[in-house]
Amino acid sequence: MAKKVGIPQGLLFYDYYPLWKEFLNELGAEIVLSNKTNKSILDQGVSNCVDEACLPVKVFHGHVNELKDKVDYLFIPKFVSVYKKEFVCPKFLGLPEMVKNTIKDLPPIIDIEIDLRKSKYNVIKAVIKAGKYFNPNLFKISSAYKKALRYYEEYLKLLNQGIIPIEAIKMYNSTLKKNSSKQEKSLNIMVLGHSYNIYDEYTSMNLIKKLEQRKINVITPEMIDSNKARYYSSKLPKRMFWSFGRKIIGSAFTIIEEQKIDGIIFVSSFGCGIDSILIDIVQRKAKEKSIPFTLLTIDEHTGEAGVNTRIEAFTDMIKWREKNEDNIPTLG
Amino acid sequence: MKITFPHLGNTFIGVKVLMEDLGNEVVLPPKCSKRTLEIGTKHSPETICLPLKINIGNYIESIEKGADTIIITGSCGPCRFGFYSIIEREILKDLGYDVEMIVFDPPDGEPMKLIRRIMKAANTKNPYKIIRSIVRGGKVLQLADELTDISNRIRARAVNSYQVDTIMDKFEKRVREVYGVKETIKLLKNTRKELESLEIDNKKQPLKIAIVGEIYTIIEPFANLYIEKKLGHMGVEVNKSLTTSQWIKHHLIPGPFGSKEEKEKWKAAKPYLSTLVGGHGRETVGSSIIYAENNYDGIIQILPLTCMPEIVAESILPTIQRDYDIPIMTLIVDEMTGEAGYLTRLEAFVDLLQKRREDNYERILSRS
Repeated sequence: MAKKVGIPQGLLFYDYYPLWKEFLNELGAEIVLSNKTNKSILDQGVSNCVDEACLPVKVFHGHVNELKDKVDYLFIPKFVSVYKKEFVCPKFLGLPEMVKNTIKDLPPIIDIEIDLRKSKYNVIKAVIKAGKYFNPNLFKISSAYKKALRYYEEYLKLLNQGIIPIEAIKMYNSTLKKNSSKQEKSLNIMVLGHSYNIYDEYTSMNLIKKLEQRKINVITPEMIDSNKARYYSSKLPKRMFWSFGRKIIGSAFTIIEEQKIDGIIFVSSFGCGIDSILIDIVQRKAKEKSIPFTLLTIDEHTGEAGVNTRIEAFTDMIKWREKNEDNIPTLG
Repeated sequence: MKITFPHLGNTFIGVKVLMEDLGNEVVLPPKCSKRTLEIGTKHSPETICLPLKINIGNYIESIEKGADTIIITGSCGPCRFGFYSIIEREILKDLGYDVEMIVFDPPDGEPMKLIRRIMKAANTKNPYKIIRSIVRGGKVLQLADELTDISNRIRARAVNSYQVDTIMDKFEKRVREVYGVKETIKLLKNTRKELESLEIDNKKQPLKIAIVGEIYTIIEPFANLYIEKKLGHMGVEVNKSLTTSQWIKHHLIPGPFGSKEEKEKWKAAKPYLSTLVGGHGRETVGSSIIYAENNYDGIIQILPLTCMPEIVAESILPTIQRDYDIPIMTLIVDEMTGEAGYLTRLEAFVDLLQKRREDNYERILSRS
């Protein structure tokens, strides 16, 4: 019988799911995915996590709690670094430990360590360690990883074309590709933030869909060419040592410098340490180039009506700015 | 060049001596006060952590006193402290202050950059002179940290614990006025003698509480609402897991090999947290275990709101509390922390420890 591996639908899920899924499937594991975030998952997360953690970490705990009785293994890799001399968020560094110490009666956790700070070949070690849970054959593991990597590149291409991850996850391995029918849309708005904040439909309150319904073309950091983002983020006076930070800052700077954007909405979860720095940097840049900027802070209490009002007000403000006057302040 | 720097517990004593020894003029930021925090909060990003807000307050108060150069240290992640210098520079620029900021970032592949910056801050190119002054500054800092430790120990045992405060307050005022290494060391030694001559109540058996957590909130008494004094007056002996002189011992002296003490903390933390989490998250876990093994009565973790590494540590501490049977309390501080609520929590925690100790004695007595 195939071993069941649970993957919580939170945090890095949106960045790496196709890679994980194809790799584990190839080795004969059965993937069990938690449900999309909903009220019950959020509530489980809030009651199973330290109070001070940020919303996405709480949500992740909720997903783990939901999965734990249904699977043989939980797949929670420990991400330390995904690029040379860079880190991910400190909370990711201790994520498996946080989960282990707060939720009881967990199945074994596959907590391989991914640390590419010193060398990018460290990933091989992690892959082999993860593969050994299911198949002792090194050759099989490496071919499974290569195959998964191919699918993953396909997925990244889709993201680059401007398809949001949840859609891309559904279609990256099918030959049938939707021609993204780009209608004439009036506004280009960048939704900035960590992938787990902007793509989680429940916690972001469907922000992207809401904007699209208003005939707004949404751009997210994943859609920006990563080389360009790297180039622009290197213009900061100090090397950006967070990989997420580099992506967010780089993509925002790219689009601001290229003047392809009418406004920026930064979605941040309350208490995010990285965002507290990033918001400040992006906001200053936007102000300098007169690009409207607004900040949506989400936490477990955010009311949907308030968010709607703010989105409406923001888009209206941009439209007025285009139409009549250009003296409306950019920082609403 | 009038040099200033942010406050961090006793650090100002060491840095002041170091700079004076090099013949530079130092503008000490006024002691952290409510006003410092108010200024800082007003001009900082809303969701940034408490240390940056106090830093900004320190800078502005120093600039008001005439400082034109700020020196601070930096880091390269993963804690957000690494970006303090960027944000702080922008904030001061926006406010229209014309100051120079010299940041001592870790070399990061370019050691010359750091050396040039040190020479600029030191205002001399003579490496011998710089090293000599650093050693002297380090020594003074070490003495100052020892003095704080002694005051904590005596406060818990003295017949009148408020006498300790009187002596320490006097010292804090005097240390700003004296000039240079010799005078400072003399003052430190005199104060120490004064403290040691206080009357001690030998019957007292103080509770021992360890303080772990984020380095700034542990070391800077203003940020933790003078927790050492508060606990001292309740008859508790306080030990802090980190001091500035220890930080220097861990990071500057051992160079690339790391220090023994820090490695011991990592080893202790290993079963619970195997890799680094930035800041002092791993050290918090490690030192909690070491304190528990050394028969401390309780542990208090202090962190500024939204501190990422300490949140990871916080979620691991309950397991240590269970495994080692030692009460651990987490206190979170920010600009809104109210003193009364804070004091109540401390009192309740101390009462709990007292009760535990009495229960323990009773158990031992009834067994024999």
